[in-house]
Amino acid sequence: METINPEIRLSAPEHIAPSTVTFTVNRIQTSVQVLPWVSLLDALRDALDLTGVKKGCDHGQCGACTVLCDGKRILSCLTLAVMKSGSEITTIEGVAESDQLHPLQQAFIDHDAFQCGYCTPGQICSAIGMMQEGKARTRAEVKELMSGNLCRCGANTNIIDAIMAVKDGGTNA
Amino acid sequence: MHNFFYTRANSIEEAIDGIRVDSAAKYVAGGTNLIDLLKYNIERADVLVDVNHVEVFPDAEQMADGCLRLSAFMTNADTAYHPLVEKKYPLLSEAILAGASAQIRNMATNGGNLLQRTRCYYFYDPAMPCNKREPGSGCPALNGYNRMMAILGTSSECIAVFPSDMCVALAALGAVVEVEGPSGQRHIPFSEFHRLPGRTPHLDNNLEAGEIITAICLPPEGFSRNYAYLKLRDRNSYAFALVSVALALEMDGECIREARIALGGVAHKPWRVPDAEDFLQGREATPGNFAAAADLILQGAQAFEHNGFKIELAKKAIVRAGKMALHPETHLPGAQPPSFENL
Repeated sequence: METINPEIRLSAPEHIAPSTVTFTVNRIQTSVQVLPWVSLLDALRDALDLTGVKKGCDHGQCGACTVLCDGKRILSCLTLAVMKSGSEITTIEGVAESDQLHPLQQAFIDHDAFQCGYCTPGQICSAIGMMQEGKARTRAEVKELMSGNLCRCGANTNIIDAIMAVKDGGTNA
Repeated sequence: MHNFFYTRANSIEEAIDGIRVDSAAKYVAGGTNLIDLLKYNIERADVLVDVNHVEVFPDAEQMADGCLRLSAFMTNADTAYHPLVEKKYPLLSEAILAGASAQIRNMATNGGNLLQRTRCYYFYDPAMPCNKREPGSGCPALNGYNRMMAILGTSSECIAVFPSDMCVALAALGAVVEVEGPSGQRHIPFSEFHRLPGRTPHLDNNLEAGEIITAICLPPEGFSRNYAYLKLRDRNSYAFALVSVALALEMDGECIREARIALGGVAHKPWRVPDAEDFLQGREATPGNFAAAADLILQGAQAFEHNGFKIELAKKAIVRAGKMALHPETHLPGAQPPSFENL
């Protein structure tokens, strides 16, 4: 088990001590020392160096920070690291199987589903979560259930194409 | 974000005790609104009492009296997709799924949905006065940019709207809110849970200090045959309502036996007018009758400089929702307005 002691906030008063948060991140059990007000997003990026998790708006409006927590897609900016002690977190760094890209990663490449790429990790984690939920059948439903991930380059059409190519083995694409 | 202590409660009693010892403590569950408000320095807390680990019995329980009791700690997504909610209370499912995004619905809890704060731009801007944030400081929305603001039940001190979709459906269904606090358990009818701003716009609801929502009870009648949630907004998804309508009918042939209509996006709480629902009772479900009911609901509506469109929009939305309620097969993902061309 790996233990990291990042100094995320230097200005903390001494009477509020960091606590140890132990969770499984990308299949590895990990402990970090964090102060109570550190978001899961900041802990993943700054303490664990998982900078694939993007800090877009930091206010729950863009979806760039989407990660999977116990299999569910959530916004890592709107939760605290201390609240997720004991959880299992998957970030974009953890979706591939060693050298084998996740089918959605490959589909995003094949369908030209990004330009700048900033929203892509959140888009892919969100799409994985959406497929596990099993509630999106039609293209219209996929669009609705992916609306929490904004793409300012305007690659949305290709993003939905990429998801439709993978979802249900591409049978509804 | 300012500094605070964090503690986990393992039971409702522990949570209430955690709040009792520190008046500046706050409960946190999904955190989707509270943590954002802490980041903006709009909410403050010395201690966050995490209630995600309190032991509660089943998420959704069918009670002997026919009610469905939903845990306050269940997520919005789990509620919307719960088989009993989908089957018996599809109005609630549709309203929940029209709100926020899939990620936020996976985090936000039922109790927290009732307690979310307004998205009034002035409330969200600590550089501006706001009677809801700082009582007595003033309301810049009255004479400012007020396109999103309320048209019903406003006061000279606050014209903010309550942003929930889920609560509009809960109001129409006549849910009951179960709360626990330092002085025990009580049940609050949904219509009495949220407040109008009046002289005390800093109070959103009638919870007492330290009280926590433990459950939401849905009455036996779920209006699962004829119902509609229609949400009108600036973009088709992931935006707050300009106007929304939850409409439910119990039909007796061509005639309405019982009607429920609640509006969102127009007031400081979900808006219901019993006189309008009584008017529809025994009448045919025609656009003309829904329009007459809409006139009764919007009676007394007062617009400000930029939100006059909401009055007409709400009236038309009610008529459209009436038609949608008769044809649930027309409903679209995200409670978007359907086309009736093929009917």
